[in-house]
Amino acid sequence: MSEVKYSKEHEWIKLDGDVATIGITKHATEMLGDIVFAELPEKGSNVEKDGTAGVVESTKAASDVYTPVSGEVVDTNQAIVDDPSKINQDPENSAWFFKLKIKDQSEMDTLMNKEDYDKFAKETSA
Amino acid sequence: MDTKKTSLYQLHQDSNAKFVEFAGYQMPIQYAEGIVEEHKFTRNHSGIFDVSHMGQLFIYGDKDLTSDLEKIFPLDLKNLKLNHSKYSFLMDKDARIHDDLIITKTNEGFLIILNAACKDNDFKILKELLKEKYKMVLDENRSLIAIQGPKSSQILNEVVDGVRDLNFMSGNWFSFESQKVYITRSGYTGEDGFEISIPNDFADKFTRELINKGSKLIGLGARDTLRLEAGLCLYGHDLDKDKTPVEANLKWAISKERISRGDFIGSDIIIKQLNNGVSKIRVGIKPEGRIIAREKTKIFNQSDVHIGEITSGTFGPSVNGPVAMGYVENEFSKKNTKVFLEVRGKKHPASICSLPFYKKSYVKGVN
Repeated sequence: MSEVKYSKEHEWIKLDGDVATIGITKHATEMLGDIVFAELPEKGSNVEKDGTAGVVESTKAASDVYTPVSGEVVDTNQAIVDDPSKINQDPENSAWFFKLKIKDQSEMDTLMNKEDYDKFAKETSA
Repeated sequence: MDTKKTSLYQLHQDSNAKFVEFAGYQMPIQYAEGIVEEHKFTRNHSGIFDVSHMGQLFIYGDKDLTSDLEKIFPLDLKNLKLNHSKYSFLMDKDARIHDDLIITKTNEGFLIILNAACKDNDFKILKELLKEKYKMVLDENRSLIAIQGPKSSQILNEVVDGVRDLNFMSGNWFSFESQKVYITRSGYTGEDGFEISIPNDFADKFTRELINKGSKLIGLGARDTLRLEAGLCLYGHDLDKDKTPVEANLKWAISKERISRGDFIGSDIIIKQLNNGVSKIRVGIKPEGRIIAREKTKIFNQSDVHIGEITSGTFGPSVNGPVAMGYVENEFSKKNTKVFLEVRGKKHPASICSLPFYKKSYVKGVN
């Protein structure tokens, strides 16, 4: 299993073979506040790198969730739709959003590692 | 223009508030625990709200003032008892709402609590209507602090003895550190609670004492979810100059006696609308499922015809689901009417419902 990578839109992605698991970062959940609604892409649909692949809403506002890589949606996490507060509780583990069969592994190279992302998150929220 | 700070700014900072600019003021939107926790703490315990940005307008006068104010507000002010409060609105001759407010009869005249974004304009309008006959003070030297929730009476009474004997929508002068504070039993959360008008220099100390007794600071974010669950309007969203009190479903706040006399600003339109009905009216809207329909969401009927718009919508933590209110064409305003809300290009089912979404009994009479 490869290392976890991060996007500038605050998604994390973990690759296992050609299936990527994607969610939003802890930093993203802290900026959003209490998440009370989640919408996920449809299983079987195709999503394009940097395109919209879901929505999260806090009590304050709605935010799009983007996919950091292209691919076909092979699974979605119904548990976070049923109880969106799980996203605040465990964003980078059990509260993953969707799994993709990825199209182009080289898209992973455009993403940040943990150290770079942490620096990026700190700079952009300052 | 620089944004203003309230006397509690330092306390908000010390309490890790996240700030937003609201009506020209730096105000706390939430604190560390977040909106949902703050909301629930208020419902179950006691929350403190800094509402010092709101206008506290003192107008000094006697019988002449009462009859002059009756020309402006659709209230039976002559029979309003000393230290009793009423909800009302400032209208123009077309009955369009310029602000909503709470007016209280004091021993020296009246105290009117105005919305922050409207207060300067309200002051101008009222000064002109009252022809500068009375002393009017939009008091910037006093802070306004609300304490809301079931434990608030007990907590506040430990700091200001005697407040727990106040009845709902009534007030009186009390003292804190030998300062005169005016306290009313009122609020805007659907909970029992109080609003305290206190000199700025004492606001910080007073609030810290309430916190020491077990209450907690609550931000504007939870204030919004609390008032929406309680079915209460927010000016600039659910009420504005495009709406009248009849359209806003607030005719309960208009005195019947004053309607029969028909001698206040906007009364012609109000009477006409009460007799002939209105084309649009404010209703509660409950989305099915978890979808949140926010302000400006379009409402459709079952034949896909656009019939109205959401004016406030959020997630209600105590209801544990989405809540909204908005305006629909009158024929679709009946309870349980099925409608559709367009969110991100998709239409989601919802139904018209009665307000409030969340109901608790206010303390009406303790004596």
